[in-house]
Amino acid sequence: MESRVIHRVKMTPKSLEVDGKCVAVAVEDESFLTHLYRKYRMDYPKFFKMDVLCKVGFIASEILLEAEGAERFVPRADRAVLLFNRHSSLHADRAFQETIADPAEFYPSPSVFVYTLPNIVTGEIAIRNKYHGESGFILLPEKSETVMEQAVERALMDNETTSVLTGWVEAVADDEFEAEMKLVI
Amino acid sequence: MIVRKIGENIISPIGFTVGENFSAVLAGKSALRRYESLWNLPFPCFVSLIPEAALEAALAEEGLDTYASCTKFEKIALLSAVKAVKQSGIDAKSERVVFILSSTKGNVELLSREYPDFERVALANTARFVARHFCNANMPITVSNACISGLYAQIVAYRCLISGQYDTAVVIGADVLSPFIVAGFQSLKALSDEQCRPFSANRRGLNLGEAAATVVYQVAADEEGGWQMLAGAVRNDANHISGPSRTGEGSYRSLMSALHDSGLKDSDLACLNVHGTSTLYNDEMESIAIGRAGLSGVPVNAMKGYYGHTLGAAGILETLLTMRALENGVVPATRGFDGQLGVSVTVQVSSKALDTQRNAFVKLLSGFGGCNAAAAFYNGYRL
Repeated sequence: MESRVIHRVKMTPKSLEVDGKCVAVAVEDESFLTHLYRKYRMDYPKFFKMDVLCKVGFIASEILLEAEGAERFVPRADRAVLLFNRHSSLHADRAFQETIADPAEFYPSPSVFVYTLPNIVTGEIAIRNKYHGESGFILLPEKSETVMEQAVERALMDNETTSVLTGWVEAVADDEFEAEMKLVI
Repeated sequence: MIVRKIGENIISPIGFTVGENFSAVLAGKSALRRYESLWNLPFPCFVSLIPEAALEAALAEEGLDTYASCTKFEKIALLSAVKAVKQSGIDAKSERVVFILSSTKGNVELLSREYPDFERVALANTARFVARHFCNANMPITVSNACISGLYAQIVAYRCLISGQYDTAVVIGADVLSPFIVAGFQSLKALSDEQCRPFSANRRGLNLGEAAATVVYQVAADEEGGWQMLAGAVRNDANHISGPSRTGEGSYRSLMSALHDSGLKDSDLACLNVHGTSTLYNDEMESIAIGRAGLSGVPVNAMKGYYGHTLGAAGILETLLTMRALENGVVPATRGFDGQLGVSVTVQVSSKALDTQRNAFVKLLSGFGGCNAAAAFYNGYRL
């Protein structure tokens, strides 16, 4: 059976689109991500500890799941989280490298190191939503819709997976990010 | 239709073929040793490193000495892929072949340079570099999913083949050590500065190691037989990003799913080749997952005492060694296990090798981000 996209969210540092409609634009006095966190009343203080890749993925997933409108936070294993990008956790990697670069100020930070893996964002989404299903992160040399769709089709081959929260999530700087997230059934 | 292994290689500090590695493991050898201030790091560590001179010689032997300017990571990934592809006899440039890379941090050491080349740090570009060496034009897939990457990459390969999308998958796992990785694990207090002791009461943390390993899988008719991947699954704890679930939730779920889909029974299993990092939490969690799955009677073994944790290579390296060991009728000893079980659910781990006539096993891995993977492998002919 052919899979289909039931909801989609597109987010940049300046705009947010839900199911093709523009719903928010960046404000001047606070970061756009924090603005969206408050606007959507997410009430999840762990958000403020996350690195930018996780923040972007988390916010996009929250808005996507609100668009879905299903009951939230019920433990389930039938939904996979499968995300993609090109630069992995580069932003966190550079931040961690800073903590070890100078021998005189050598202080490797564990709270930074844990974010130096791209799949941490899939874990954050799984924790928030009590998803026990498959969670994965795939790196591609370029954003190819075809290759990502093929990966989603493969994820749906799992015996328990019936839907996939998926998409491209890239964040190379606090103000340089992109998320195109979809819910596929 | 089956997904059958047709090529393999391991590049590690104790051998550059699967055979050399298996002989070393059987003899109880390891290159793990203590360094007082490796790379001027301000703490001692106990790690296993691939010797540069032997690596250069092996590259030259394969006619790869033109890659002298490559990083160590690129060299071991390429060397392992070249040796495995050669052994498999496939036409690697075919559009029916896909390259899949498994790595956690790849070229991250390049970030320490004054002007880092971010494109070269991007793992997907290493995958493309390797695929292009073989003139393969398909977009390579890079699985970067913490410590389960090597098993997850094989599960992705399995699906690529069973779905008919490709006929052959070259799955390469590789990671090298650097101050970045060693200092990171040290900051998490996950490292032991002495030999790691999987499942032992006085285990004090993990050792890190370098390796690359490659497996080539191809679809084949059922009657072809041989080592094959039967099933695999990935599941999340949904609990914590840097600590495993106390109930072994994701590990248990992935194990049950892989076992169910494989059709294997516990009496078919020669062993569970587990993650066994030797951290307090990991080994405890795995024992709980194995107990919940009703598999406490199945022999358990872990390879980290020979190699350390080889990160993105571990899933492939440990799978290939277990395959070779079972072909030789043996479940290898869990090197480092000191005889005093230190987990709350009994598991059949042993410091001695065990004879076996069975020809199937399940491989388990768990990693940061709450991810867990399990896959079932079988050698022979399907009934």
